[in-house]
Amino acid sequence: MQVVWLRSSLALRDLQAFIQHTVVYCKMDPKLKKTKNSSSNSANSPDSTHSSFPFPDEVLERVLSFLHSHKDRSSVSLVCKDWYNAERWTRTKLFIGNCYSVSPEIVARRFPRIKSVTLKGKPRFSDFNLVPQHWGADVHSWLVVFAKVYPFLEELRLKRMTLNDESLKFLATSFPGFKALSLLSCEGFSTDGLKAIATHCKNLTELDIQENGMDDLGGGWLSCFSENCSSLEVLNFASLNSEVSFDALEKLVRRCKSLRILKVNKSITLDQLQQLLVLAPQLIELGTGSFQQELTPLQYEGLGIAFSNCKNLQTLSGFWEDTSLHLPVLYAACPSLTFLNLSYATLRSGELAKIVAHSPNIRRLWVLDTVGDKGLEAVGSSCPFLEELRVFPADPFEQDLHHGVTEAGFLAVSHGCRKLHYVLYFCRQMTNAAVATIVQNCPDFTHFRLCIMNPGERDYLTNEPMDEAFGAVVKTCTNLQRLALSGLLTDLTFEYIGKYAKNLEALSVAFAGSSDGGMQCVLQGCPKLRKLEIRDCPFGNAALLSGIEKYETMRSLWMSACNVTMSACKLLAKEMPRLNVEVMRDEGSDESQADKVYIYRTVAGPRRDAPPFVVTL
Amino acid sequence: MEGVMSHGNDLNLKATELRLGLPGTDESTSKNNKRTANELVKNSELLNGKSDAKARDGETVPASKSQIVGWPPVRSFRKNVVQPKKTEAETGNFVKVSMDGAPYLRKIDLKIYKGYQELLKALENMFKLTIGEYSEREGYKGSEYAPAYEDKDGDLMLVGDVPWDMFMSTCKRLRIMKGSEATGLGSGV
Repeated sequence: MQVVWLRSSLALRDLQAFIQHTVVYCKMDPKLKKTKNSSSNSANSPDSTHSSFPFPDEVLERVLSFLHSHKDRSSVSLVCKDWYNAERWTRTKLFIGNCYSVSPEIVARRFPRIKSVTLKGKPRFSDFNLVPQHWGADVHSWLVVFAKVYPFLEELRLKRMTLNDESLKFLATSFPGFKALSLLSCEGFSTDGLKAIATHCKNLTELDIQENGMDDLGGGWLSCFSENCSSLEVLNFASLNSEVSFDALEKLVRRCKSLRILKVNKSITLDQLQQLLVLAPQLIELGTGSFQQELTPLQYEGLGIAFSNCKNLQTLSGFWEDTSLHLPVLYAACPSLTFLNLSYATLRSGELAKIVAHSPNIRRLWVLDTVGDKGLEAVGSSCPFLEELRVFPADPFEQDLHHGVTEAGFLAVSHGCRKLHYVLYFCRQMTNAAVATIVQNCPDFTHFRLCIMNPGERDYLTNEPMDEAFGAVVKTCTNLQRLALSGLLTDLTFEYIGKYAKNLEALSVAFAGSSDGGMQCVLQGCPKLRKLEIRDCPFGNAALLSGIEKYETMRSLWMSACNVTMSACKLLAKEMPRLNVEVMRDEGSDESQADKVYIYRTVAGPRRDAPPFVVTL
Repeated sequence: MEGVMSHGNDLNLKATELRLGLPGTDESTSKNNKRTANELVKNSELLNGKSDAKARDGETVPASKSQIVGWPPVRSFRKNVVQPKKTEAETGNFVKVSMDGAPYLRKIDLKIYKGYQELLKALENMFKLTIGEYSEREGYKGSEYAPAYEDKDGDLMLVGDVPWDMFMSTCKRLRIMKGSEATGLGSGV
């Protein structure tokens, strides 16, 4: 009998259907079952003994079409040859967490029927300028292959990829049924590329442009949508600054009756926003434009009414610039909100307190630290269902301790919001005792990202390192998947992590640890670790090499400004041919130092597009 | 793993010793001239030392500490967008207040009041008078004083008609009107 492990996130209904079909067909008369001609099997299928599930392929394929999670599909494909084949014929969504772990050709050979692709490129630390320009992750070579093999491609979601306007034009003209484009943290393109998308993609349902390093050459792209285009469901151009034609936008919103997500940019004024809301009261997610305009009492009232008519609104974001002026217009919409993103609004505690008082059903809240501990106290008392809190620093380089939030704010939230399981918290001071109390209050953390902004900062009350804080986190929060460390940390923190964090998948380390032992503890103790990123730590070759067998089970390892040398990297590369060991050296540093090391598993061999400053060993 | 031993020069096996000591104690000097974790720790300890003495008095830590690339880990997009208006927070929103017949003007900070009630009470205290209750229809009837303000367009407006937040941003100066002029303003039309 074969056993297949599936993620518990598989919908119950899907699972029931799956089991039902499996049981029924197991009982079928074997004479009625026939298998597909095995010449269609690709060279890549795993070795298998004779399958003990003699289903007709069509049946197995039907059954497997219930599976959507790519992790489940990976498990399923490992069962036997027949299952591998059935899975590859039924997969329609491709998720590639590291674009260099596989090549477009390999993907094309294995999966013939892909309609949706998600591709992630550069290492996460590239968001913080640690990866030089022109590093790679260009999507074009993928698009060329897709155009040949998946002409019916409908969706493309890119994160930290590089693409230029030519690629966007190629995308827009190569896939007649293209529907959804999402770009997050990408770079290399401009609004001219968006023009091509708007012009050529007649069935576009989604255009989602977020926080990219792109050139905003003007808002003319919005006017490129044809008057026949009425299929848009998602339009997000919040991060573009140029003025768009309000007339074009208004007409677009008017004819796209299925629009459910609309996030406009700063150029849209409040009275324009009101007009849009009147046209689209069905919106589920709204990103406001500028909130700064002065309104007459009549306009003010009209805006309030428009908001109260949006009965389905669950997410609010935007709020660029100084917004305290007109926040009360939102109050009518607040009770139905589940996600409130105020992370671009420099709100004070009182203003936040008033908003959250109207928003008791909030599950996710993003704010700036201008709200202070007092603002967070209000959150603690008003939002009992809060699951996720992110507090961003308004002025990250400000040294003054009197700005921002402290341990007090975090504590207050943990007292009132017991369901909290995701936190990203930027602060300037913290104590071990506070963190211990916080995780006592909220033991269900799955994502704990604490950033004490001064590197190597101690517990400000006891002057001790912050080891016990993170020790408490990993001991108490047994479901912890993602952890980001900060403050003064010795190897003890890593001992704790290795000993207790058995479900940890992603770890981010900076300015921490005392010796190689720290990193070794983590590599040896965390069985589910997939992503490890380390900067400015005293971990050297022994630490690197202690994980020699582990790296193939991980997506990637990043180490920069540590004590790793070229010789150890070369050794690692030699012993593990299925890893790419890439080294980047800083200007003027010692020949033997491996300043930046990026190691990842791959079936595609060394990459052929590496720039001169990236050396693959 | 014979390969490891032959590269003994590069591997500091002592470094793999598990120690519970704090960083910065008996570490061999690093080969490169970039900041190591230890240097940064020393930096921050130095700053902590200074800040212990001064931070509670509100003095800022010296800006001599250079910024580290990519730290704090905030996306560039986010860094560029937010410009907190600190100066406004510190200086407040002071407007002049004149009273008909008074020899000199006063100044108040609108930011410290939460609403009209507090503002009017403060004015009553400051000028030793009674302004009374606001009503949309009658203004401040029953009092010989009416609080008015000059808005951004230069028009003289009765205090209390618009929401407080809107008032705060549009009010340029306050004027407490007295006598017949005051009642003229407040009388229903």
